[in-house]
Amino acid sequence: MSEQAHHTSHSPLPYLLTLIALLFLTGITVGAAYVDFGSSTVNIIIAMLIATFKASLVALVFMHLRHDKPLNSIIFLSSLIFLGILLGFCMIDLGSRERVYPTGLRKVDPPPTAAPAAAPPAAAPAAH
Amino acid sequence: MWLFLATEILMFGGLFVGFGLMQGVYPEAWVAGHHHLDRVLGAVNTVFLLCSSFTMVMAVHYASTDQKSKTVMNLGLTLGFAFAFLVVKYFEYSHKFHDGLLPGRYFNLAGIGGPPQQAMFFGFYFAMTGIHGFHVLIGIALIAWIMIRANRGDFSSAYYTPVDLVGLYWHLVDLIWIYLFPLLYLVS
Repeated sequence: MSEQAHHTSHSPLPYLLTLIALLFLTGITVGAAYVDFGSSTVNIIIAMLIATFKASLVALVFMHLRHDKPLNSIIFLSSLIFLGILLGFCMIDLGSRERVYPTGLRKVDPPPTAAPAAAPPAAAPAAH
Repeated sequence: MWLFLATEILMFGGLFVGFGLMQGVYPEAWVAGHHHLDRVLGAVNTVFLLCSSFTMVMAVHYASTDQKSKTVMNLGLTLGFAFAFLVVKYFEYSHKFHDGLLPGRYFNLAGIGGPPQQAMFFGFYFAMTGIHGFHVLIGIALIAWIMIRANRGDFSSAYYTPVDLVGLYWHLVDLIWIYLFPLLYLVS
């Protein structure tokens, strides 16, 4: 499977550098959260780009994908591609459904003045 | 092993997609929910997991170069960071239990006020961090098992596959937290 064919570099130095980079990027992520980049969408995109960069470092260095067989990278990336398909189609559905079949999903319920503890139905009942 | 990791990504991925979509539908509830999470504790936990990933990869490295005592030591450090992560998580959870932010019908909006859809935010919060925490628990058990075997002298440069595979699993747990942390704790 994925093991033992790699480890061409026998110095642990790249691991240490990766850890420092990861901690540094975590600091940047936290710092960026306190800065307003115009809209929350931009903030989320920036945070996700940094997270993806960190995840790439972990996958390439810590998980040895850099020196591993290409098949393992293909398996890994294919899972991300299918995740992207899931997210993409769900977003298309959510963005266009209102025009076809009005659900009222985005309508925010009135303030829960009379509704105390038992208020789990956040989304479902609003549809009908 | 990588096929298993792919299934793990897809399992968490469903939750991430649901979380992201509902964030688009109820942004104000999501922002209100974020404010009840402690960024400092989340950041500390991120550091713990990143360090544990480093010590894990060092353990794999030492196992592959026949350095038994260093392998065991690094596995022990990894365990330490994993427990530290869970301790912080315990304090976060107990604080939320105290505030009545439990998922489902046990959610009590009166404790915090604000948009009622926060119930959904905390449902996602507990589902995602809970499943992740469960993975950490499994990881602790696996690392402890590997540590005992390494101490017994089962591994050498000729055979260290179990260390390598547990390492891969542990890095995936770290990788998922890398996304969970900014999504749950930081978006404002």
